[in-house]
Amino acid sequence: MTGTPLIRLTGAGKNYGNIIALREVDLEVSAGEVTCVLGDNGAGKSTLIKIIAGLHRHDTGTYEVQGEQVAFGSPREALDRGIATVYQDLAVVPLMPVWRNFFLGSERRKGFGRLDVGFMRKTTHGELAAMGIDLRDVDQPIGTLSGGERQCVAIARAVYFGAKALVLDEPTAALGVKQAGVVLRYIVQARERGLAVVFITHNPHHAYPVGDRFLILNRGRSIGYHTKDEVTRDELTGLMAGGGELEELAHELEEATGAHSPAE
Amino acid sequence: MTHAVAQPPVADPGSDERLARRSPLRRLLGRPELGALLGAVALFVFFSIVADAFLRAGSFSTVLYASSTFGIMAVGVSLLMIGGEFDLSAGVMVTSSALIAALTAYQFTLNVWAGVVISLVLTLALGVVNGVLYVRTRLPSFIITLATFFMLAGLNLGVTKALTGNVASDSVRDMDGFGTARAIFASDVGVLGVQVKITVFWWLLFVALATWLLLRTRLGNWIFAVGGSADSARAVGVPVARVKIGLFMGVAFCAWFSGMHLVFAFATVQSGEGVGNEFLYIICAVIGGCLLTGGYGSAIGAAIGAFIFGMTSKGIVYAEWNPDWFRFFLGAMLLIATVVNLIVRRRVERSS
Repeated sequence: MTGTPLIRLTGAGKNYGNIIALREVDLEVSAGEVTCVLGDNGAGKSTLIKIIAGLHRHDTGTYEVQGEQVAFGSPREALDRGIATVYQDLAVVPLMPVWRNFFLGSERRKGFGRLDVGFMRKTTHGELAAMGIDLRDVDQPIGTLSGGERQCVAIARAVYFGAKALVLDEPTAALGVKQAGVVLRYIVQARERGLAVVFITHNPHHAYPVGDRFLILNRGRSIGYHTKDEVTRDELTGLMAGGGELEELAHELEEATGAHSPAE
Repeated sequence: MTHAVAQPPVADPGSDERLARRSPLRRLLGRPELGALLGAVALFVFFSIVADAFLRAGSFSTVLYASSTFGIMAVGVSLLMIGGEFDLSAGVMVTSSALIAALTAYQFTLNVWAGVVISLVLTLALGVVNGVLYVRTRLPSFIITLATFFMLAGLNLGVTKALTGNVASDSVRDMDGFGTARAIFASDVGVLGVQVKITVFWWLLFVALATWLLLRTRLGNWIFAVGGSADSARAVGVPVARVKIGLFMGVAFCAWFSGMHLVFAFATVQSGEGVGNEFLYIICAVIGGCLLTGGYGSAIGAAIGAFIFGMTSKGIVYAEWNPDWFRFFLGAMLLIATVVNLIVRRRVERSS
């Protein structure tokens, strides 16, 4: 992967008052790459997404899009630069048909403000099919789709409306094993289509198969930033779990049970 | 673009063949209006049997008239409900609108059309007030419009008494422009020898326009979206606040039209009228399949709801029953219609 990365954060940090939510984080992702951001709850993942998505401005460091320094004032500005964020809650309206959700907010119209319903139905079906989701009926309410499928519709929508970079906020968190597989396959699809993907997750088993780079956050700091050839899945899992911390925890638990059982 | 990766496993022609399996019947069952339609047919048959006069053309015209006076309001109210909000001030707003037109025209000795226009502007402003209060405070629209309901009800009586010394406005029958305004808002149209009130045609026109708006325009998409999930709608760039304010204005517009009908049908306006009607509009919308939680419903359903309302209110009279029973019937109808809607929707959801 050569050339300037699509998104590059250098030494980025963010404070909320006197709370340092994120400090000195580097991250980059180029077209056709997946960068995974891993971390436990409170590690600073959501702060990082919010900076990339344009919801918050970074306080320190730099944020470059295609080599140009930016400081987004709103998600709209980020969208205009081709950075689309798909949040966990998906931003879909459950009772509305799939195609209406797909085009919501960017409806295509023909004369007299009429919706071009035929075009939107066909496009929705086509775009989803191209991503490997075959819907029987784009008129069914999106609420009747499974969580994974809904996630995929949200991603397909972002791709269709010209996203160059996708930021996915824990897309597999609430899903079963099979559903998560669907979403992961979809992430690979997006990468193959030449998108840059930032994939936020706390599951190293989801991150490792699809990622090209891995950024591991802990307590607002980067505790590891590796390309795929630098780490193994086990190392990643270890890092993610805090490595030493996990061993300590196991030890502690052992001791605790050991100390308790005779007393009882 | 590479197509090497994971081509869709299912061949394309397959999708069409599977689509065909969803029968037209099931599609019909999925419509929000279905419960109301069944209810309307049942009621029609029922009253045709028990009331001989019911099927006469003249009485049917009366039924349609009663339906239209509520149906016009139900159009605006159903759109607002699909958008996820209530307007409890809708009933008295009709009276306010009528009073504004009648009082301004009379007090300033204007052509009644001037009163009509002033009333339109002020009534739309009332809608804006409701909408802006809702958007700014984020209080439930139920509370906000409950407050404006009482304020308007008080203003209607207070201002009318202060200006006329009476609880009704002075008659505008002899004023300039009354004839033309009456022709627009309150005339009779002969259809195949039967006199039909013009409000019936306005009602059908408004229902058609609202249906087109809901299903075939971007605004319609937005109305469903702000009712179904306002946060999601906002996240994809739908101007939620503007849509909601617009919906309150839509109710205000319908209130204005109904108010004008009152003025030009009766020439004087009783300032205490309209209280309680807001619930009847909501009932029409709910019988017609609008969800109380928003995001689902149709204007046609609300029209059928209004028709059920008209049939019941007049059918009881034609059947020569005590009209006191009307409200009981209305309540029962509401209960049955909502339960039928619920059952139908659950069945459709389970089978899909």
